[in-house]
Amino acid sequence: MARPLIMSCLLACALNAAADEFTARREGLMREVESEIALIAPETGHAALDPRVLAAMLKVPRHRFVPADQVRNAYLNRPLPIGYGQTISQPLIVALMTGLMQIRRGDTVLEIGTGSGYQAAIMGELAKAIYTIEIIEPLAHKAAVRLTELGYANVSVKSGDGYHGWPEYGPFDSIMVTAAASHVPPPLIRQLKPGGRMVIPVGAQFMTQYLMLVEKRPDGTITTRQILPVRFVPLTGPN
Amino acid sequence: MPKPHIIVEPPLLSLSLLSAAAIGYEVLLTRMLSIIQWHHFAYMIISVALLGYGAAGAIAVVAESWLLARYRQVFAGGAALFGLSAIACFLAAQEAGFNPLEVLWDPNQLLRLAWIYLLLVTPFFFAALCVCLTFARFPANAHRIYSADIAGAGLGGMAVILALYVLMPLAALKLLCLLALLAGALVWRHLSGAILACLAAAMLLLLPATLHLSDYKDLSVALRAQGAQTAGQDSSPLGLLTVVENSRVPFRHAPGMSLNAAMDIPEQLGVFVDGDGLSPITRFDGGREPLAYLDFLTSALPYHLLPQPNVLVLGAGTGADLLQAYYHRVPHVDAVELNPQMVELVQRRYGTYSGTPYSLPGVVAHIGEARGFVAGSGASWDLIQVALLDSFGVSSAGLYALSENYLYTVEGLREYLRHLNPGGMLALTRWVSVPPRDTLKLFATAIAALRQSGVADPAAQLALIRGWKTATLLVKNGAFSAQEIARIREFCQARSFDVDYFPGIKPDEVNRYNQLDRPYYYQGAMALLGPESSDFLARYKFNIAPATDDNPYFFHFFKWGSLPEFIRLRERGGMPLLEWGYPILAATLLQAVLVSAALILLPLWLARKHDLAGVAGRGRAASYFALLGCAFMFLEIAYIQKFILFLSHPLYAVGVVLCAFLVCAGLGSRYAQRWEHEGRLPPGIIAAIAAIALAYLVLLPVLFAALIALPDWARIIITLILIAPLGFFMGMPFPLGLAQVGRTAPQLVPWLWGINACTSVVSAILAALLAMHWGFSAVILAGVVLYGLALKLFPKAVAG
Repeated sequence: MARPLIMSCLLACALNAAADEFTARREGLMREVESEIALIAPETGHAALDPRVLAAMLKVPRHRFVPADQVRNAYLNRPLPIGYGQTISQPLIVALMTGLMQIRRGDTVLEIGTGSGYQAAIMGELAKAIYTIEIIEPLAHKAAVRLTELGYANVSVKSGDGYHGWPEYGPFDSIMVTAAASHVPPPLIRQLKPGGRMVIPVGAQFMTQYLMLVEKRPDGTITTRQILPVRFVPLTGPN
Repeated sequence: MPKPHIIVEPPLLSLSLLSAAAIGYEVLLTRMLSIIQWHHFAYMIISVALLGYGAAGAIAVVAESWLLARYRQVFAGGAALFGLSAIACFLAAQEAGFNPLEVLWDPNQLLRLAWIYLLLVTPFFFAALCVCLTFARFPANAHRIYSADIAGAGLGGMAVILALYVLMPLAALKLLCLLALLAGALVWRHLSGAILACLAAAMLLLLPATLHLSDYKDLSVALRAQGAQTAGQDSSPLGLLTVVENSRVPFRHAPGMSLNAAMDIPEQLGVFVDGDGLSPITRFDGGREPLAYLDFLTSALPYHLLPQPNVLVLGAGTGADLLQAYYHRVPHVDAVELNPQMVELVQRRYGTYSGTPYSLPGVVAHIGEARGFVAGSGASWDLIQVALLDSFGVSSAGLYALSENYLYTVEGLREYLRHLNPGGMLALTRWVSVPPRDTLKLFATAIAALRQSGVADPAAQLALIRGWKTATLLVKNGAFSAQEIARIREFCQARSFDVDYFPGIKPDEVNRYNQLDRPYYYQGAMALLGPESSDFLARYKFNIAPATDDNPYFFHFFKWGSLPEFIRLRERGGMPLLEWGYPILAATLLQAVLVSAALILLPLWLARKHDLAGVAGRGRAASYFALLGCAFMFLEIAYIQKFILFLSHPLYAVGVVLCAFLVCAGLGSRYAQRWEHEGRLPPGIIAAIAAIALAYLVLLPVLFAALIALPDWARIIITLILIAPLGFFMGMPFPLGLAQVGRTAPQLVPWLWGINACTSVVSAILAALLAMHWGFSAVILAGVVLYGLALKLFPKAVAG
């Protein structure tokens, strides 16, 4: 009996050590993200990362959402491939997008494009319920298993067509559309509550060109803001 | 072992076949790499792969006597190995897992790229070794060998382009490999060779080979969705067309549709060209109602300003713009599409599904290139719609920078304006980029086109609107009226689109619905129309100066001055600011120069104890062949570009011009044999090249304008007649020089041949870079100057 016990203890110690290492790397990454966000405050209108978003990103283990061969890169501020031609976004972009959503504790949130499930987990830390739809079946399945293992009972994953949203649980306080689309599906606009926000990263894989924030005013009119995830003025000299 | 035969004559037929196969392989690699990756990476990879020619020169120097003693075996083996490695190395390369999108994030990708280089250098190395050794083995026959070599290449290039109309790329590749085996077997001339060749051929034909697209191409992503399946595939040299259907998650493509649109989009099929850029075939049964969504795109604006217009759609593709015109009850549409297979797909194969949009009442289909069609047409229209032809993903990544585009040049826009009825409009729709790039470049191009057309006040004839994803620029033949401006406002307000410019626009009208950090589009438009537009162009961090026919790189937005800032911002979310195409071209040039230098210098060092090192006049001869490599490529590439407009088709231009150049150069080589004992390069040859090249700079625009309306076959014949004399004379300096060296210092032949090969590769890249900065006319001038220098450096008759 002694040998298995010792082995278990050693394993637990090793796991704790690994967890500590990941925590430290996560903290390092978030320090980097925070300083970047402070730099682009004029573009986003927020001087600092929302402390709740920061806490969520410090908590969610990004390394659990990437393939085994990418674990070593999990806490680099870069997008990573997750298979099936999809990526997990750059942490800076995740922080910006989540901040733009302005999620409150009691919110119900819809996500189109689950991917690895990382973004859903972050939002799961902030909202009451997350409903997320993924078009690629194996990705949806893996994300669902992963989120369950990590204890995100408030995140529901569905495999299917995100175009029609998830009307059974709508309208939503906010919607994140991470799946590339040529247009914003009208059903999603309908399922967004007045006063609600929708965030769409626009660009190719590995390259988010800009973030689009869609706001539905209380009177139902729609406006969008295109936000560059970087501080950049296109003219040299006095602007 | 068969008894070695002594070969007394160069195997010209085998050489021609092998050269045909090698250039065919180059054409096919460009196609296949464009399908599995992206075009500009294809260019980058192939330019390194072609350095296999330089490598063969280097090896031939180092092991010349050993190789020459076994010439027959080496030739036969080299040809066979080319055939086998051509397919094996490509299949291995596509499994290398190289992801160009990750290059700037993940340094390991560079190792994978290096592995692909190594793989694809191999087949070219084997083919080149055969050619190089043939020159070294038969120095007295330089003219005949060169002639067989390049004429074979010219015909091979043309044959492969034609073959792609009936064969899938991999099937064409297998045929090429068989051709190479045949070339080898013809030299081996023994039963064992024939048996081996047959066995290898059988293996090749049975080899299961498929193209594996990058996971990140639009087609790969579409096929991963639940319920997606490939419904059909068609190959042509214009691209691989793949139709995808998905009954569970149907395609719904409506680029930049207004967020106010509440209607559903009809079911669609997806058509992908080379695995990218989705074009939808929309299910259509003749009813207008389901097409209402097409009125919620920015491109619908002109239909609200022009009553019952007579329309020309450029790039009609799968027919979305035709349906948009139908929805707006347009009485007549001329629909121009480059790719006949696309029209065939929409009209016949999926005709029941698509409702045959090219056969709608009033629609007339024309197969042809947009610019050529307009230039050759005597008609005029109320509206010319230029469709959104490129995909957003590729466009946003800056991947088109290396592609020439004659659709959006100043001369192109002038041509469209000339074909507008009074009050008519040109509508150009582009993707929105943040900060703006292509839309402002198009705005600047429109201003230049209007000014050059004699319009005193371009500001009165322009209007620009913008949705969240697309922007549409209107250029009117006449000033916009107050009523039209009111309609523009109404159209935009109903759809939450922004007005960025129209005559008399107020600053408080802009940037309302799709807000940018600053009203960049409005500010840019005003600055470009203002007195300080050149200052604005200079200060803007992207290159948005108008593209011209001489410098047709519309998508080249990169400025060196902005590079340090882009690199600094790379990990701060600024990666997409870096327009990739140009830096990749510069990196390609750098790597080609470095590898070429190594391939040229290494043999000198390795062979320092042999007689190579002591040859007097070595440097002079090396310079001569380097200059010829550059000069030939400069003229060839620049004239291919110049003829694209005349032949109205990039592919005809490459096929016809390349074939004409090489075959006529082959004839020139044979003709020049009469001067090979003169020990000099007759100055008349260079004078003729210079005179023709320079005369064409002036004459071609005039000739093209006068003859553009002729039918295809007539323009092809005229092209052949125009290219023939230039190619004929350009084929002379190389064999004359090689024959001279062959007589006096034959040990230099492989080295000089390698130098010529290396500089040819480097100068092909350099030509594109020079053209981006100074235009193709400058490339032609540079080519002429280099030929002039070569005349001064003709190798002297010295003893080794």
